[in-house]
Amino acid sequence: MGTEPKIAGAPPSSSPGPPLGAPGAELLEGARTVLGLAEPEMQAALQAWPRDLCLDLFTAMARLRAFDERAVILQRQGRIGTYPTFYGEEAVQAASVRALQSRDWLFPTYRQTAAVTLRGCPPLVPLLMWRGHPGGWHDVMKYRVAPLCVPVATNLPHAVGAAWGAKLRHEDLVALGYGGDGSTSAGDFHEACNLAAVVAAPVIFLITNNQWAISTPISKQTKVRRIADKAAAYGIPGIRVDAFDVFACYEAVREAAARGREGKGPTLIEAIGYRLGPHGTADEPSLYRDLELDRLWAPMEPLRRTQTAMVRAGVANDGELDLIRSDAAKDLRDIGDAIEAEPSVSIEDVAATVHRDTPWGLLPEGLREPSWNVPAEEEG
Amino acid sequence: MSEATDLNLVEAINQSLGQLLEDDPQALLLGEDIGANGGVFRATAGLQQRFGEERVIDTPLSEAGFVGAAIGMCLVGLHPVVEIQFDAFVYPAFQQLIAHAGRFRWRTRGAYGLPLVIRIPYGGGTRAPELHSDSPETLFSHMPGLRVVVPSDPLSAGEMLLAAAKYGDPVIFLEPKRMYRRGRQSVPAKFSDGDLDHAVLVRPGEDLTVVAYGAMIEVAKVAADQLQSEGVSTRILDLRCIYPLDRDSLLAAAEETGRVLIVHEAPRHCGLGAEVAALLQEEVADSLLAPTLRVTGMDMPFPLSQNEDDALPSVERVLAAAHTMLAY
Repeated sequence: MGTEPKIAGAPPSSSPGPPLGAPGAELLEGARTVLGLAEPEMQAALQAWPRDLCLDLFTAMARLRAFDERAVILQRQGRIGTYPTFYGEEAVQAASVRALQSRDWLFPTYRQTAAVTLRGCPPLVPLLMWRGHPGGWHDVMKYRVAPLCVPVATNLPHAVGAAWGAKLRHEDLVALGYGGDGSTSAGDFHEACNLAAVVAAPVIFLITNNQWAISTPISKQTKVRRIADKAAAYGIPGIRVDAFDVFACYEAVREAAARGREGKGPTLIEAIGYRLGPHGTADEPSLYRDLELDRLWAPMEPLRRTQTAMVRAGVANDGELDLIRSDAAKDLRDIGDAIEAEPSVSIEDVAATVHRDTPWGLLPEGLREPSWNVPAEEEG
Repeated sequence: MSEATDLNLVEAINQSLGQLLEDDPQALLLGEDIGANGGVFRATAGLQQRFGEERVIDTPLSEAGFVGAAIGMCLVGLHPVVEIQFDAFVYPAFQQLIAHAGRFRWRTRGAYGLPLVIRIPYGGGTRAPELHSDSPETLFSHMPGLRVVVPSDPLSAGEMLLAAAKYGDPVIFLEPKRMYRRGRQSVPAKFSDGDLDHAVLVRPGEDLTVVAYGAMIEVAKVAADQLQSEGVSTRILDLRCIYPLDRDSLLAAAEETGRVLIVHEAPRHCGLGAEVAALLQEEVADSLLAPTLRVTGMDMPFPLSQNEDDALPSVERVLAAAHTMLAY
């Protein structure tokens, strides 16, 4: 998005390589990448990938992008509330869903709001969530995607438990828990990694290091330069991968899942990127960061980066990829009307969903007046 | 049914857990030192030997981690029963319980509950170090989506634990540790499912009701004996269910005895006594012959052992409150 800046020492602007010279870009050094390879190697690598898989990954990214763009529009229109955009994280998110089987469990945070749509859930559902409608809660068991988790890192122990539990039941499945760089400062991250390691739970901790936790830069989050290095404290492998590279992320998650399935326990994946957008629609990054940084990182925007690479490698042409993107956008064109048409749910009906047996205080009569003040017409 | 045996409360817990593991292949126990060690109170003694290390699991020292993991286990079909070693050790897991466990059914629009039990030995009177004597029941009953129960004797402990494990929503199961080895009771070799909804009338009475639970039932009984000798007929209602409250039994007690005295170990401010008193004045104020009084723990950290008897509700304090109400 936007114009491409000239960066000293950077590869030509048409190159899908990392933004050399951009602060934070050094984190990508040594990270696994396909799109960041030198041009001939990159092209050869992509040509070795099944074309169907390349197109599927691109389509998944396009659907995520279309969702995110539509959600921001709906928020601007006042049709949904504050919304945590994931602009720029489409590659790592699409790769993580596609690299797993449908029987595997996902434990998303608010940042992976549309991941469940890649498991077949209609996009209407997560959009209803941001409209504050109870229909925004998706069917957890059907999609094997846990409810969106708001307190960062607290979903990670759940992922451990699902993976460990499946192992105890001799079921072949893995679980993946999402987090950001900020989540690795929270206690539950540590407890989850430690517990998973001790019991060799087949779980993947996918930490997207976008270098910002709202306004807090990674330098104020941790003294560890590489979050993946934290894995050493738990005796588990830590993998570093380019978060803007759907192919490298796919391979990293596949490898971690294979380790889990082979009984080798958890893997910590650090997907290194940069938060290309604000934290959410209520956030104003100019208050706390130099927007020049955003411009330096902009060439990494994963949809265009992937498209450029696929076209240059001869895996696909611009026409078909443009069509995938426009189709994905078209599918969501009228969804604003659909979320508005969703009938509201009464508070009595919502109250009835909290417990197996609704306690008297939440029954309609318990929500009402004291029993001695029942209106006269209702008395015997 | 095979032969009954005399068990104390912690032995009844042990028998109930064994029965659960025997009957439900998806049930498993998690906690610190619960395996070879049998738990610091021996509630799980012998169970790992009987059921193996995959059913009775020693966890790292990480309450948030293993309570959170238990939530994840529920999603894949397991029925975890978690032991928190001591009451105040549950605080690191508080976020997992209130921000996740209690909200799960609501987050699935009522479709799915978490079949999760959190066992917590709680309360004072055991001369324990700091943070080994707390009574956190109000914290959990204030936060939505958790069922909170307290047994008071071996039979109720064994039966209610079994019912909690089969309930299908998270149950905070508070075990009055002071009662663990305080007397035996004849219990069947196989427990039936207990009642998670109702208070139990421990003793009938007409002049005054003492509402209590857990270890405070014993205090109430001694006080009631004394009051009886003074010619005061005292009803004792063992609440057992902290959330939801047995509203009907409480209203009936107020209407039938006119005086309700509430006893709990937890601090007074916003304690369960406040909720019961509020309920009574909202619903049956006209039936009350005296204001509802509370005999409770103090609004301070549970004291070190030399002062714990000063802070715990005593027979003397219960009698004094009863006399005040009777003289009103």
